Amino acid sequence: MQKLKVCILGTGNIGTDLLIKILRSEYLECTLFAGRNLNSKGMSKALSLGIPLSDKGIDAIIENPNCCDLVFDATSASSHSEHAPILENLKKIAIDMTPAKIGSFSIPSVNIKDSVKHTNLNMITCGGQASIPMAYAISQVVDNISYIEVVSTISSKSAGPGTRINIDEYIETTQKALAQFTNCKNVKTIINLNPAIPSIDMHTTIYVQTDTLDLQVVKNSVNIMLEKIREYVSEYDIILGPEYDNGIIVLTIRVRGMGDYLPKYAGNLDIINCAAIAVAEEFAKEQNKG
Amino acid sequence: MDNNKVIIYDVSLRDGSHAISHQLTKEQISKYAQASEKANIYAIEVGHGNGLGASSLLVGQSKLNDEVMLRTAKENLLNTKLGIHVIPGFATINNDIKKAIEIGVDIFRVACHSTEADTTQRHISYIRDRGKEVYGLLMSSHMTSADILLEEAIKMQTYGAEAIVLLDSAGSMLPHDVKERVELMSNNLKIPVGFHGHNNLGLAVSNSIVALDSGAKIVDASIKGFGAGAGNTQLEVLVGLLTKYDYKTNIDLYGVLDLATLADSLLLKEAITISPLSVVSGLSKVFSGFSKHITRISTKYNVDPRDVFFELGRQQVIAGQEDKIIDVAMKLSKTKGK
Repeated sequence: MQKLKVCILGTGNIGTDLLIKILRSEYLECTLFAGRNLNSKGMSKALSLGIPLSDKGIDAIIENPNCCDLVFDATSASSHSEHAPILENLKKIAIDMTPAKIGSFSIPSVNIKDSVKHTNLNMITCGGQASIPMAYAISQVVDNISYIEVVSTISSKSAGPGTRINIDEYIETTQKALAQFTNCKNVKTIINLNPAIPSIDMHTTIYVQTDTLDLQVVKNSVNIMLEKIREYVSEYDIILGPEYDNGIIVLTIRVRGMGDYLPKYAGNLDIINCAAIAVAEEFAKEQNKG
Repeated sequence: MDNNKVIIYDVSLRDGSHAISHQLTKEQISKYAQASEKANIYAIEVGHGNGLGASSLLVGQSKLNDEVMLRTAKENLLNTKLGIHVIPGFATINNDIKKAIEIGVDIFRVACHSTEADTTQRHISYIRDRGKEVYGLLMSSHMTSADILLEEAIKMQTYGAEAIVLLDSAGSMLPHDVKERVELMSNNLKIPVGFHGHNNLGLAVSNSIVALDSGAKIVDASIKGFGAGAGNTQLEVLVGLLTKYDYKTNIDLYGVLDLATLADSLLLKEAITISPLSVVSGLSKVFSGFSKHITRISTKYNVDPRDVFFELGRQQVIAGQEDKIIDVAMKLSKTKGK
C-alpha cells in the first residue's frame, strides 16, 4: 500500500490539526508542512513531530514540485485564490480548507465518489460540513422546501485569525453550498463566536421551512445520514429533533472533536478536517486501484 | 466640540423591533421619522432588532425587508441622520452593507460580542473607506472586564471606528460597573465613548447619567423605552432630565415629548414595563432579546421561564444563540419529569 504524499499549506489551527490527524492515516503521508513563520506554534508542533518544514509557503512546492501529490490549503480565502492556478499548473490535487469557493464543493457523506473526479475541492466551512449533509438528507425526502437556515455557534478559542477575518466568506460560501446541495435558493447562514469558559462545543441548528412532510420519513433519512457522517466524525450527535412545528423542521447538532491540536470542544475544527482527510484518503485509494 | 455637548442616539425603531417581534410597518417608520425631525433628534436607528441581515427563524423574521425599512426612513429624513446596527455573522459586506450605503444610511454601528472585536475589522474599514460614519459597538459588555473591553475597543479604533458604544444588553450593570468601564474607555481612547442601557433593574436612565458623568459623549435612548425586554433608557425622560444638568443635546423638549405621545398610539401595542421575567433577565445577565422566545418555548415545554433564563446565564449564552433555548428547556423538562 503506497501512501499518498501530501503537503499542508498554512500552519494555523486547521493546518496543525490536519497534520496530527494525517499522522494516524493509513493512506496519507505528510511530506511538507509549509507556512510563513518558523516560530509559529504550529511549526513548533510539526518540528517536534519530525515533519519537513518550510517558511516559504507555496514557493516551497514550486521549488520542489515532486514533494507531494496533494495539497491541503489551510491559508486564507484570498491566498487560495493565488495558490489555485499555481497548484493546477503543477498538477497537484488541491483540497481547499478556506471559503474561497474556487473548487468543487465536497462533503464526503454526500458526494465523495464525485469529489475524486475533480482536482480542486472546496471543503466549504465547518458550519457547512456540520449542517449541509443534514439539510441535504431532508431535501431528499421533502418537497416544497421554501427556506433553509443554518446557525452555528463555535467557541471563541477555536476560531483563529483566519476564521475571523473570513467571517463574510464563511457566510457566503456556506449559503452557496447549502443552496447547491439542497436545490433551495432561499437560504441563510448565521455564525456566532462564544467566549464562555469552559469553552462550548460546536452547536449547529438547521431550520427547514415546508408545508408538508412525513416526519418519520425525515427521521429515517436523517438517521442514515448520521451514520455516514459518523464514519469520519465520531462525535457528531443530534441533540434535538428532527421536530416539526409551525411549518418548520428543526434539528440541532453537537460536534465534538478528537482533541488533537485543540481540545475536544473544537468540533468545528475536526469536522472540516476529518471531511478533508476522508476525501484525501479516497484519492489515495483510487490511486492505489489505478 | 463643546465639552458639555452630547449626542442622544435614538434606537427606538431598531431595539423596539424586539418588542413587536420585528413587525415594524412603513407607516410607523415614516411617521416616527417625520416626528423625530421636528424634535431635532441627531439620528434614528431603524431595522430588525438584531440589525441588518438578521431577519431569520433564529431571532425572528421581519415584516418588511431591510431595504424597504431603510428607504422608508430615508425618504422622511432631512437633518436627522439614519443609522443602522450591523452584526458580522448575520450581515455581510456584499449581501447587506453595500446596499445600505447605496440607500444612503449615514451611520453604521458595527457590533459584536464584547470579546470578538476582530470579527468587525473588515466591515468597519470598508465603511470608513467609503466615507460613512462608523461606530464600533461592544455588546453584552457586562460579561467582560473593563481591561479586556478596552483592548477590544482599541482594536475597533484601529480599524477606523469613530466612536465606541458599550451595550448593557441585559440591563444588568450596576452604576459602578458603568462608571469603571466608561471612565477607562474615555481616558484611554482617542474617540468618543457611548453607553446603551437597558432597564431590567430599573437603572437605565440613572446609568446613562453615570455614563455621561464618567466621560461618555453618546447615549442611546428609546422613546417610552421602546426596546427589547424591559426596554432601553427612556428618551423623553433622559432629555427632560438632562435640562437639569449641564449637558447640551440640541433636542427640542416639546418635540421629544410629542414624539412620546405619538409613540403611544403609533408604536406601542402595550407599554414597556419591567416584567418579572425582565428582572430575571437582568439578574441572569442574559440578553433581553431572549425574553419573547423564552416565554414561548417555556410554555411549550411546560418549564419555568425563570429557570430557563438562569440556566442560560450559567452557560454564558450570548445574543445569536437563541437556538440554545429549546435545548435548555427540553433538558429542564426532562429533569422535572424524573
